[in-house]
Amino acid sequence: MVEEESLRVVRCGGSELNFRRPVFSADSKYVFCVSGDFVKVYSTATEECVHILHGHRNLVTGIQLNPNNHLQLYSCSFDGTIKLWDYVDGILIKTFTVGCQLHALFTLTQTEDSVFVIINKEKPDVFQLVSVKLPKSSGQEIEAKELSIVLDYINQSPKCIAFGNEGEYVAAVRDFYLSVYFFKKKTTSRFTLSSSRNKKRSKNNFTCVACHPKEDCIASGHKDGKIRLWRNFNDDKKYTYTCLHWHHDLVMDLAFSVTGGHKGTSLLSGGRESVLVEWRDTVEKNKEFLPRLGATIEHIAVSPAGDLFCTSHSDNKIVVIHRNLEASAVIQGLVKDRSIFTGLMIDPRTKALVLNGKPGHLQFYSLQSDKQLYNLDIIQQEFINDYGLIQIELTKAAFGYFGNWLATVEQRQEKETELELQMKLWLFNKKTQGFVLNTKINMPHEDHITALCFCNAEKSEQPTLVTASKDGHFKVWILTDDSDIYKKAVGWTCDFVGSYHKYQATNCCFSEDGSLLAVSFEEIVTIWDSGTWELKCTFCQRAGKIRHLCFGRLTCSKYLVGATENGILCCWNLLSCALEWSAKLNIRVMEPDPDSENIAAVSQSSGGSDLFVFKPSEPRPLYIQKNISREEVQWGVFVPRDVPESFTSEAYQWLNRSQFYFLTKSQSLLTFSTESPEEKLTPTSKQLLAEESLPTTPFYFILGKHRQQQDETLNEALDNELVQLPLTENIPAVNELLHTPAHVLPSASFLCTMFVNSLLLSKETKSAEEMPDDIDMKEEKESDDSDEENDFTEKVQDTNDTDLGEDVVRQLSKAEEKELRKFRKVDYSWIAAL
Amino acid sequence: MGEFKVHRVRFFNYVPSGIRCVAYNNQSNRLAVSRTDGTVEIYNLSANYFQEKFFPGHESRATEALCWAAGQRLFSAGLNGEIIEYDLQALNIKYAVDAFGGPIWSMTASPSGSQLLVGCEDGSVKLFQITPDKIQFERNFDRQKSRILSLSWHPSGTHIAAGSIDYITVFDVKSGSTIHKMTVDRQYMGASKRKCIVWGVVFLSDGTVISVDSAGKVQFWDSATGTLVKNHLISNADVLSIAVADHEDSFVVGTAEGTVFHFQLVPVTSNSSEKQWVRTKPFQHHTHDVRAVAHSPTALISGGTDTHLVIRPLMEKIEVKNYDAALRKITFPHRRLISCSKRRQLLLFQFAHHLELWRLGSTVATGKNGDTLPLSKNADHLLHLKTKGPENIICSCISPCGSWIAYSTASRFFLCRLNYDQDNISLKRVSKMPAFLHSALHILFSEDSAKLFVASNQGSLHVMQLLEGSFKHLHTFQPPSGGNLVTGHRESCLCLSPAIFWLQPSLLFGGSGLGIRTRHLSLLKLHCTVPAYNFPVTALAIAPNTNNLVLAHSDQQVFEYSIPDKQYTEWSRTIQKQGFHQVWLQRDTPITHISFHPKRPMHILLHDAYMFCIIDKSLIVLSQGLVLSRSLPYTGQTYFPRKSETGHVPRIYKLFKPLLFLDLLDEKTLVAVERPLDDIIAQLPPPIKKKKFGT
Repeated sequence: MVEEESLRVVRCGGSELNFRRPVFSADSKYVFCVSGDFVKVYSTATEECVHILHGHRNLVTGIQLNPNNHLQLYSCSFDGTIKLWDYVDGILIKTFTVGCQLHALFTLTQTEDSVFVIINKEKPDVFQLVSVKLPKSSGQEIEAKELSIVLDYINQSPKCIAFGNEGEYVAAVRDFYLSVYFFKKKTTSRFTLSSSRNKKRSKNNFTCVACHPKEDCIASGHKDGKIRLWRNFNDDKKYTYTCLHWHHDLVMDLAFSVTGGHKGTSLLSGGRESVLVEWRDTVEKNKEFLPRLGATIEHIAVSPAGDLFCTSHSDNKIVVIHRNLEASAVIQGLVKDRSIFTGLMIDPRTKALVLNGKPGHLQFYSLQSDKQLYNLDIIQQEFINDYGLIQIELTKAAFGYFGNWLATVEQRQEKETELELQMKLWLFNKKTQGFVLNTKINMPHEDHITALCFCNAEKSEQPTLVTASKDGHFKVWILTDDSDIYKKAVGWTCDFVGSYHKYQATNCCFSEDGSLLAVSFEEIVTIWDSGTWELKCTFCQRAGKIRHLCFGRLTCSKYLVGATENGILCCWNLLSCALEWSAKLNIRVMEPDPDSENIAAVSQSSGGSDLFVFKPSEPRPLYIQKNISREEVQWGVFVPRDVPESFTSEAYQWLNRSQFYFLTKSQSLLTFSTESPEEKLTPTSKQLLAEESLPTTPFYFILGKHRQQQDETLNEALDNELVQLPLTENIPAVNELLHTPAHVLPSASFLCTMFVNSLLLSKETKSAEEMPDDIDMKEEKESDDSDEENDFTEKVQDTNDTDLGEDVVRQLSKAEEKELRKFRKVDYSWIAAL
Repeated sequence: MGEFKVHRVRFFNYVPSGIRCVAYNNQSNRLAVSRTDGTVEIYNLSANYFQEKFFPGHESRATEALCWAAGQRLFSAGLNGEIIEYDLQALNIKYAVDAFGGPIWSMTASPSGSQLLVGCEDGSVKLFQITPDKIQFERNFDRQKSRILSLSWHPSGTHIAAGSIDYITVFDVKSGSTIHKMTVDRQYMGASKRKCIVWGVVFLSDGTVISVDSAGKVQFWDSATGTLVKNHLISNADVLSIAVADHEDSFVVGTAEGTVFHFQLVPVTSNSSEKQWVRTKPFQHHTHDVRAVAHSPTALISGGTDTHLVIRPLMEKIEVKNYDAALRKITFPHRRLISCSKRRQLLLFQFAHHLELWRLGSTVATGKNGDTLPLSKNADHLLHLKTKGPENIICSCISPCGSWIAYSTASRFFLCRLNYDQDNISLKRVSKMPAFLHSALHILFSEDSAKLFVASNQGSLHVMQLLEGSFKHLHTFQPPSGGNLVTGHRESCLCLSPAIFWLQPSLLFGGSGLGIRTRHLSLLKLHCTVPAYNFPVTALAIAPNTNNLVLAHSDQQVFEYSIPDKQYTEWSRTIQKQGFHQVWLQRDTPITHISFHPKRPMHILLHDAYMFCIIDKSLIVLSQGLVLSRSLPYTGQTYFPRKSETGHVPRIYKLFKPLLFLDLLDEKTLVAVERPLDDIIAQLPPPIKKKKFGT
């Protein structure tokens, strides 16, 4: 292996999908959304990410279809460029450099050669809508410096700008006024609402705007939940508006949808209520709702054909909704709505990252596919979104016994003395492939639970859980038989309560073999024998309260490592019961690697956060990376790799077996990587493209989902299938022809001879390949007795896994037939004998 | 000015009756309003919505329809089956014609104004010809199955739309036959057992019929084909009324939920000629049913069961920001319903069918400014005087000594003598009224209670000498002859000066404006004529010491006219030269009462429904520099505004809201009668319950 590049911190997915309004492709097959520095192309039918368009070097702030070629997509970014993409193949076509930060992008069919962007040139808070002339040039990198200001002093959010009536005017809202700029007349009209002077109208602020696609009508959303429909606005005096009022909180976004044949146009609105409201014919009394969308609706988009809507939500989710208001697909990213209490965990079964998700839920997030796997409802109560309401918080969670058990703690504290605490234990049910609530313990402790850990030793006979609490006790919970005459059951009960001089218990930790339990009581670490629950020894360094505590693993299992609040890292030898070494380090996060002896620690200093990787056996760190993040790192976790890497460099060897992920205060999920992030995220896009051509039947969905859970054997079959299907793929010329965008191809007449030639030449080689297939087919035909079955196999030929299943069935039937024949013979002889 | 002890009277249980119909006359810019008790009021919109005239109600006359026809003739029709024409000069009913179709539900005048159409309970539509002095039945249209609740004439006069129960009929006027019958859905999107009542129809010149119905729909029909064109569901309750603008570019509907919706015809796009009706603004100024709406060129007018008449201006139609540009809410009549006996501290309250006499309470406690003093003696309800017959009381008065009460209905005049014997009161009606005294528009007693002045609706003024238990007719001032000059206006105000008293009975049209005549009573001849002014007088009074006549007009101007000198006083001239402050001129309600302080001749006390003001002539000039504090804090009984740098400002008190009556009992005591709007709402039937979010 070549010498690795330097290790660097990379953002690993989980970026916001709801930053800007999603955009549909013209045929509604794809939905585009900005995601950090990339643009993601999702299939509306399968919810899968088909392409990731990467090329921007900063946050992507706007995307729009090219109005002149709807197979192309414009995107703009903070890096000051507008890029034109071919989204079908995921190819960057052109880059226009504007030179200043671009905050939003708009395109119009009428203005072919220019687009509109929001910039702020002079003052930091003053934004302008400018039109950018895109020069027609064949080059890849083009400078676009021809800017002309359309509107000044506008709101930076693209929700506050809308183009209407085939580009005749543009409406912009800000604070208490609506300005309309008419391109033909080159005039701006401004309509102001009475502001906070009147108490009743104090929340008149505009929040968003949308323009009717056919009529001269502007819809504006307001902070008090009203929607105003402005008409006659080309007359400064005779303008009029009408109010639609259903939302009780601010209107987050508005969109008009047009249905083809029918005359009616409906207005869609959404807000904090997480209900999508459709105002049919924009009439107050004629509204339809799609409730319970889960979280605040941030954006609403409508496909150009009007058959699909989509809403993006504050919990990093995009919901694709049918015309008849039925949610058809959910694209869920990492939920980053709320603060994380549980920390980062790895589900031992799915290797998914587990953390707080939606309110009251644990989310299981696949790091490989950058996609949420599922949500586990822990609190199981309706979430009421109201300001100032004290909610039940999911504070702690832990997995035990190879993912068989999950323990969660939830709490709600209204006043100092009123603490509601609940611990739940969940058992993994193999049949339903999900966690089922097993035991619910009310008030397991008198005070907050500070730590929770399972004894994960392989040979331990009885599942054991330890909770540490501020009330000065730690409790040991064991699984006992809870059967009665009705059913067999198991349940968790308290086995032992330990305390140490009424100090608050702050941490608890089992040794790798499960024989020892370490519980820290403020400044003192106590070691208990897990068999008898006897206090073995105590360590006290008087260096402040213990913040983190963990045992060493494998060869270092005789060490116990603790980090204190005063910035001391201590390592005790359990055999000698003495301090082995200590170091001065203000540690925020300490995570042991489950697959090696390594322990990663993130320290916080004034300059930023630094990472140290060390083995408990030696006080010298294996690896130091300074300044991994400017913000405070809150949580970290080691994720075992599926395929071990082989870094030869000694400094990177700690990354061979697992990867370290960490979460900063602003909730960006980061990791360390030597390769570029683009290479790392390699979705099986080819496979997905092939799938696009399949009919979307309910069977297809079931099978498609089922497929994700199956692995290697299937992949092999899949590869074979892919080779078999398009035979022409082997020919380079054809390959090139099919994979090059149409607009860069030379004329058809030029290509024709080349194409035909390529076909002629390849025939000899192909026939050789085809021959065995034919033979196979014949064999099958011979062996199969009935014609019907043959038809059936042909039908299912294009779906891979059913094919596989069929093979099994077919083989079985052959074997059975042989057996039957044998039996028949036997039977006959037997009858003849009679 | 010193401090006052104020009687705040809140036991006047007056509830105005609900508004049933409104009719707007574009020619004279006047608005006729009929109430559920049969009262018809006429507002002059050019004179700042001053209530000019009124016709007292009658129990059996429930007005269901009101319309202007043939220029400025006013007709009403009601459930007693009669069509009534009002005499706007003599202020009485000219005649009543029975339509012989049972109760009349709707009436409309033809666009030319020469024909009148009524819709009756039995399903018949009857056409009447309007002759110069009467109306004459012409013919019946095709009879329908159920009552005709609404009628509208096509602007060309050839077709008629009639709203009935569950359907709308289009008639051809020439033949009187049905052209189309358009069935209305009983419910929006679905069937219901409840019948759908078409409460209103409007025929537009392009052939569109707009209907409003009890299912809460506003529907647009094509009268040529008889098909439904567009449907707007606007309310869960009934839509009760509709009125369209003259230009047919906007209309207004009123619902039973108290909401008024405005619809406008707006172009679909700026560069196309296609237009569509769009519901624009909802207005929620009413709590109860909006029974009637009208559309004047600059305003939407609505009235309903909650007794308010609301005038909502259309800002886009108003060129200059003036009086018309503000929202008006008229609740109380612009005439006095309360009279006061200063000597005995009595208040006489006038209701539709009875009078109430109350004695004010008293207190012995003292306190500092702003304190509420405890009552040592509660107010007494002394007398409850019920009238006989179905007619409403027009006016009433109690003499300053408290021993006489006079009141009048449309056909009878009553005079009563009160005897006080300790706590007992005995009432003796004075019988044998002279024949000429059968109806009075205004009644006034002289300061010494020796004389009674009665303004009759013939335009004459009768002077009576009161004796113990009887009276003697002294004199009758006839309106000056000269034929057409005398127009018999309602004599809105009478006033007397104590020594030689002056009075103002008749308002004469003198060319461009109104003139006020003052007469010398002792000489019994015309003394002088106050110069004419464009706006009607809303209140007037003669200062006791100086014999200056103070006049308040409906455009909020105040004049002072010296009767001895027969000219405007110096103060009045200065004010007119400098002009009034904008804030003063923009007040809502007309000044209803003027009084004077007996010891301080320079002070003038004025009040309207929202404020009470003291003008100190010696100190201030109501000029542009005048600062009026609009929102004075509610601190107590009296409030003295801070002196601004520019000098003294008139003291405006907005403590009492709404203020129906305010007068000085003596130098140190004021009596103020309030009628809080909440108390009126509480006495109305409950409104349609609407779910309020968050409750």
